[in-house]
Amino acid sequence: MVDVRLVGLVKRFGKTVALRGIDLDVRDGEFVVLLGPSGCGKTTTLRIVAGLEKPDEGHVFFGDREVTYLPPKDRNVSMVFQSYAVWPHMKVKDNIAFPLRIRKVPEDEVQRRVKWAAELLQIETLLERYPHQLSGGQRQRVAVARAIVIEPDVLLMDEPLSNLDALLRVKMRSELKKLQRRIGVTTIYVTHDQVEAMTMGDRIAVMNAGKIMQVGTPEDIYLRPANIFVGGFVGSPQMNFFDATVTEKDGKLILEGPGFSIPLMEDQVSVLKDYVGKTVIAGIRPEHMFPKDLAPPKLKGVEITGDIDFVEALGSDTIIHLRVGEKILVIKVSGSHHYKIGSKLTVVFDLSKLHVFRKDSGEAII
Amino acid sequence: MNSSDQNRKSFSIIERYLPYFLIAPALSYLLFFIGYPLTQGIILAFTDSRGHFTLAHINYLLYSPQSLFYAALKNTLMLAAVIIPIQVMIALGLSLLLSSSFVGRDLALYIVIIPLTISDVAGGLIWYSMLSTNGFFNKFLMAAGLIHSPIHFFGYQYRAMEFLAIVLAEVWRATAIVFVIIFAGLQMISREYIEAAEVFGASTWVKLRHIIFPMLKPSLQSALLIRTLFAFQVFGVVMVLAGRDIPVLAGEAYYEQTELYHYGVAALYAIIIAAISVIIGYIYIKMFKAQYIREVGAG
Amino acid sequence: MSRTEIGGRPPLRYYLSKILFAGIVLIACSWILLPIVISALYAFSTPKDFYSPKEVIPLHYTFANIKELLDLGAARATMNSVIVACMTVVFSFILGLPAGYAFARFAFKGKDSLKLLIIGLRMFPMLVIAVPLVTLYIRLGLNDTLLGVALAHTTMALPFVILITSSIFVSVPIELEEAAFVFGLDRTQTFLRITLPLALPGLTAAAIFTFIMSWNEVFMAAVLTLTNRTLPAFILTSAMAAPDFIKFAASFIMILPALIFVFIARKYLISMWGITIR
Ligand SMILES: Nc1ncnc2c1ncn2[C@@H]1O[C@H](COP(=O)(O)OP(=O)(O)OP(=O)(O)O)[C@@H](O)[C@H]1O
Ligand SMILES: [Mg+2]
Repeated sequence: MVDVRLVGLVKRFGKTVALRGIDLDVRDGEFVVLLGPSGCGKTTTLRIVAGLEKPDEGHVFFGDREVTYLPPKDRNVSMVFQSYAVWPHMKVKDNIAFPLRIRKVPEDEVQRRVKWAAELLQIETLLERYPHQLSGGQRQRVAVARAIVIEPDVLLMDEPLSNLDALLRVKMRSELKKLQRRIGVTTIYVTHDQVEAMTMGDRIAVMNAGKIMQVGTPEDIYLRPANIFVGGFVGSPQMNFFDATVTEKDGKLILEGPGFSIPLMEDQVSVLKDYVGKTVIAGIRPEHMFPKDLAPPKLKGVEITGDIDFVEALGSDTIIHLRVGEKILVIKVSGSHHYKIGSKLTVVFDLSKLHVFRKDSGEAII
Repeated sequence: MNSSDQNRKSFSIIERYLPYFLIAPALSYLLFFIGYPLTQGIILAFTDSRGHFTLAHINYLLYSPQSLFYAALKNTLMLAAVIIPIQVMIALGLSLLLSSSFVGRDLALYIVIIPLTISDVAGGLIWYSMLSTNGFFNKFLMAAGLIHSPIHFFGYQYRAMEFLAIVLAEVWRATAIVFVIIFAGLQMISREYIEAAEVFGASTWVKLRHIIFPMLKPSLQSALLIRTLFAFQVFGVVMVLAGRDIPVLAGEAYYEQTELYHYGVAALYAIIIAAISVIIGYIYIKMFKAQYIREVGAG
Repeated sequence: MSRTEIGGRPPLRYYLSKILFAGIVLIACSWILLPIVISALYAFSTPKDFYSPKEVIPLHYTFANIKELLDLGAARATMNSVIVACMTVVFSFILGLPAGYAFARFAFKGKDSLKLLIIGLRMFPMLVIAVPLVTLYIRLGLNDTLLGVALAHTTMALPFVILITSSIFVSVPIELEEAAFVFGLDRTQTFLRITLPLALPGLTAAAIFTFIMSWNEVFMAAVLTLTNRTLPAFILTSAMAAPDFIKFAASFIMILPALIFVFIARKYLISMWGITIR
């Protein structure tokens, strides 16, 4: 087991810059999730850690050892490929056994471990088949089994659950996580599924356009997004953003929004003092706003009234689109409720959950 | 095609028979221009000038001191046995080399397949310019002081060297076709299959042995088949570089036909070449077909 | 914490393998190019330079060799070759294009067997038909005619054309044709106005290859002609007696159009051979 350090990784493919300086520390035995939109460089980062790609700039360390230019075979890593890469000319069992056989593991041990991995992934019945006789999800499970039969220093997984049905995915999430805990292997896990990232990661690295936007625990990422991108990318439905001006009125600071104004709390005032007269971007998550009648009794909040534009009933939740002036606010209420489109609704929002970002750089102020 | 395709077709008789109308001209042409000559060839081979059955041509072919049949057969086989393994090896190596990406790869690819467009006669002449007494090779070695008199590649008394020259020219000219088949096959193997092996710690040899070769097998087999079939048609290079010093099957067919006017004997050669090709093709299908289908299906 | 520098900088081995790699590629390219360049230089070399053992690379150049070769009959032979190759392209496309389209666009009984037959014929050693064809040609008055050679070459090229055009038509999305049907075009109109234009670049490349195939063929041409030689047949029968530098001039004339044409169509080179041969 080792810790993995990525220092200033830059990778270009011709004119496109896939990575623009990636710095990331993954501690020994830690489970780090790379989360980000399509094309942001997750796979490229993983491939550099695996040794399949050489960075144009920057370094990769495994513990004390710099491995930037070492070929994959000298790194003792294991990987689940995004496209599975299950060898078509080998039966499932030979696919899974291949990494073990390369490591010259005794044959009875090979059989034992293949059986163990196959059971874990519920593919025991498929062992004698060729990959073309499998469905996409089954192939993906073979790829995962193949990656976990060995005991690598670093386990790399590129969206290993993307093709499984919802039920199996939830089950596999916890299975993989438990397995990782048990063998304590340093793991980098790529996904663009937030729920997966939140439930599995010890820490999450949110990426965008070849850069890491924030690294932190799931809680950090959710409660204290470091910038607009993270705030907007994590959470569903997306955080509500609106331009607001910081103004001073009767010695108090308020945020002047589009059609409503928000008095600030004391700790918020001290941070925003320097921004008086400037425009900032305020953000509030849909789940931190409540219709007045459903608001928790002691909530210290601001009331906003608007017209109901649209309602999505999801069963467990109800999503309300509320028109306030020019702006549509999205509100998430748990439980199933009935609202009439076009009617007026007053919502209260939790002032303590307000986010404020700089307009120029998008960095979080609060 | 798919079934919606088929449905659409069934609403008109013309549409239903259209594909046959479209294929019929080409097929009739081929059947006539191959079927007629083959039948005619068999007739020629077994009749005399008055149209009576005779074994005279076969007897001539097998027993006449004028006939170089055995030498031709032996040389054709020997050339194939020497040339094909070299070609497959070079083509495989080059394919592996050129399937990685590097600056100038496209240019290198184009250069390597240039010989694909060069005819056997031209290929022979090009190598004649390299190896003749006043050729580049001899002049270069002499200028470098490595030899003092030219090495003779051509002429009846240097038949071994002629054989070598033919091998060089054929390896130079016809490796490209083996390369193209293997390279195309290699391109179809997704890079990630190979990378997955790398990640799990496979050495270069293990990668070749357990991933690349098995997945490349269908391509290797068709390359081998094509090359073997072509080997039995070897003609232009040999005629240019060695004439009848090194008789080969197609060369003898040509000689008997155009120099000696032994149409029956020439037809026999033609039938023999055709028969050998069909037999090789048949063996190939019998031996590899099942495997091939399974592996292509797998890929 | 001190970091040992294993694998930190690219190790020497990394550079060595790069150099080795470049070296092998370079050798492979020179192995192909050197003979072509040398024979081309010798084709334009003065006889004095060619016979002088000291001039490894000739220093004096002349068009005399080419001119002498052309005067010997190569001019006419070249003309003949062009005519035969063009006829071959026309014949084999008239016959092969519809068949290729049928294989690409229709499902019909016996399709697989027919296709297998065509693939088999592609492998068939076509040169063997030349010998018996002579007797037929004598009867039909086709012996020693360019048309006769072109007909034989068409036999050789036809399976190639069928297979290649079929794969080109397959690569034109069927949805585009269906859209045309929906907008009221019939099959002929659709073919002429949608499919053909889209397939044109590929078809052009296929035509070029067919041309080269005929241009290069020597056995059938040599057997089927006596006076109306195509270029390779002329070289094989007449130019072999000429001095060496004339032969090199002959090989230069032969490879030049092939090199140019194929350079134009190089994009298709690998995929085409890959398709028709496996
Ligand atoms: N081999 C390559 N050649 C050229 N560009 C590439 C290559 N590989 C990746 N890229 C580019 O680099 C960027 C990052 O790609 P990468 O595959 O790392 O994205 P990703 O985050 O894994 O996306 P996804 O979630 O869709 O898998 C993309 O813009 C992609 O187009
Ligand atoms: Mg990816």
